[in-house]
Amino acid sequence: MAVAEAEATRAAPRSETKGALAHRIAQFPIHFLLAFIALLWLIPAAGLFVTSILPKEVSGSTGWWHVFSKPSQVTWANYDSIFHNSAITHALWVTLLVRTGATFLPILIASPAGYALAWIDFPGRDYVFVTIVGLMVVPIQMALIPMFSLYNKLNLFDTIPGLILFHTAFALPFAIFLLRNFFAGIPRDLMEAARIDGATEWRLFFKVVLPLGLPAIAALAIFQVLFVWNDFLIGFTLAQDNVPIAPALAGQLRQFSANLDIIAPASFFSAVIPMTIFALFQRYFVQGLLAGSVK
Amino acid sequence: MASTSVRAEFPQPGVAPPAPKPASRIRSLGLPMSFLAPALVLLGVWILYPAIATVIRSLFDDQGNQFVWFDNYDRMFSDSIIYKAIRNNVIWILVAPIMVTALGLSFAVLVERISWASFFKIILFMPLAISLFAVGVIWRIMYQQDPDQGAINAGVKVVHDAFKSTGVLPRAQPSSNALTPQFKLKQPLSAGGVALLGLTGISPGDVPAGAKQAVKPASASGAISGVVWRDFSPGGGKPGVVEKAELGIPGVTVAVSKNGKTVGTTKTADDGTFKVSGASGGGYEVQVAPATFAQPYGGVNWLSAKLVTPAIIAAFLWTSVGFAMVIIGAGLSAISRDVLEAARTDGATEFQVFRRVTVPLLMPVLTVVFVTQMIGVLKVFDLIYAIAPGSVQNDATTLAFEMWKRSFSGQNRFGFGAAIATFLMILFIPFLIYQVRSQRRAN
Repeated sequence: MAVAEAEATRAAPRSETKGALAHRIAQFPIHFLLAFIALLWLIPAAGLFVTSILPKEVSGSTGWWHVFSKPSQVTWANYDSIFHNSAITHALWVTLLVRTGATFLPILIASPAGYALAWIDFPGRDYVFVTIVGLMVVPIQMALIPMFSLYNKLNLFDTIPGLILFHTAFALPFAIFLLRNFFAGIPRDLMEAARIDGATEWRLFFKVVLPLGLPAIAALAIFQVLFVWNDFLIGFTLAQDNVPIAPALAGQLRQFSANLDIIAPASFFSAVIPMTIFALFQRYFVQGLLAGSVK
Repeated sequence: MASTSVRAEFPQPGVAPPAPKPASRIRSLGLPMSFLAPALVLLGVWILYPAIATVIRSLFDDQGNQFVWFDNYDRMFSDSIIYKAIRNNVIWILVAPIMVTALGLSFAVLVERISWASFFKIILFMPLAISLFAVGVIWRIMYQQDPDQGAINAGVKVVHDAFKSTGVLPRAQPSSNALTPQFKLKQPLSAGGVALLGLTGISPGDVPAGAKQAVKPASASGAISGVVWRDFSPGGGKPGVVEKAELGIPGVTVAVSKNGKTVGTTKTADDGTFKVSGASGGGYEVQVAPATFAQPYGGVNWLSAKLVTPAIIAAFLWTSVGFAMVIIGAGLSAISRDVLEAARTDGATEFQVFRRVTVPLLMPVLTVVFVTQMIGVLKVFDLIYAIAPGSVQNDATTLAFEMWKRSFSGQNRFGFGAAIATFLMILFIPFLIYQVRSQRRAN
């Protein structure tokens, strides 16, 4: 009996490892498939990077993967020359200014609006909020023609404030929607207690709602950084000399292969910054995405 | 004190918090307006005003001087490029959202089973951080037609060449009229005959490695022998004669046939000579096999009129699937494990669990992803601009793109552009109603 028991206890873990092994083998095709998909997703971006570090004569005539057989071709000269190209550096500077402005301004404007829509009672509040939710869907194309002539009249065309204001306006519906729903989740008792203590609405907003709302504000900031950086249409249409990086590169597309030594490094460099921000603050971004789009 | 311990949480996916019941007394509008005014001004001036102005503008001519009723719409619906744009919009709407959702769902389900899930998610999510314009540049590089430049065609070429190889001499020509244009010796040979198959039009770089001075082989009894060589020497040389400094071409397939039946095929040696034995009598025809001259694979023209829209959609999938996967994955983790386990205990297969339990429970999340993608697809502009070369822009166009092109690319047809924008806005109205309704329901 004792022997049988001992054998049984010894056998049990063995069969378990066997099961785990079988399980692992069964999982193998999934690992393989997902590794293949991950590779498929990496190759295009890797291609842009490798193209960006090849000399013009090479990148214009042969595929970037040939570099693996001739690694000596690699050069940083393209980056050196785009950073000495005043059109590109100016565009990067404009991008930075517009991005900073269009990240802070929507937060500054949307947070009090979100607070009012969540916690201050006034007639027609729900209609205002529903209208703002509806505006989330309006495409930029709908605003371009009238704003183009208005910008020309107001001397906002081709100016950095003009671009920031346009971005801010189109960011507001989503920003207000996200913040209002987040602020509305703050425990009611807490708000009532502060009100009974005699706090004004502005005081409540600054002392209670803003600190508690920080995660949502952080998510919104990251959204804005990525979306404003992403923009092409607004800068392309409403600016001429003070254009952000993507519209600045548009003219180079005509001679695509011949201009790869400018297009590739500038595109890659412009992607690195949002990718880094994204990688650092990924958690907030995903949370915000979930709060904002999953209802 | 107590307030510091209270933390606000992001709402759970699937439930938005209801608006707290407002305090009973109605305050004057002054206070809420002090919070809302900047937002309302910006929304009013930058979105509401131009949206209405665009609708009105669409009833005026391109210069904006004359009221023309629906002339712009009339012109729009008789414009063949607008038809292409609408057709492409339909393709986008039918293909892209469903593929993004389906791929996002499959990846979200599969990735739950691996230990490196977060790594996989970051890789697939990363393209979302790249601007669509840069994504366009990335894919334009991928889609280059020459298989030596475009990575996709390089991949296609590997598969293609596995079945059909490129010839040794893609561009050669017969050197004399002893050969037909099909590289067949005009005079049939008898056993012991020697075939001289001279070729020209071969650049020095195309001569296969290891080629040696061509040699005219001696006649061999009971065999057909011969030589395939580059019938050209630096001084010119005499066509049809093997001379000094003329190289034999190795590796060429030579076919010997009689009465239309192949007697034997062989490959030439380094000096270009070949020999097919077992010949008797006459009537042997000698030909350099056509495979020798097969053209190298030229690659698929992805950015041609027919393929450009699918090509741009593929690039769109690359940027969007990660987003769908993350959202659906969050919905997936909110599903109770017990429900899935119960189904498994009842004997359901993994696929049945997926179809009958997981997917129905995920429906709200899948709908959100699907609708978000539909809205995104209708707005696509940068990708088309960056990927489609100028020559096929009209084949890749969509309404959002055409609106910009007619108004701003130097055409200045603002009345026409406003009509396109208004039509586009009408397409967005179902989504607008959906958004408003789902927010109302949440409240």
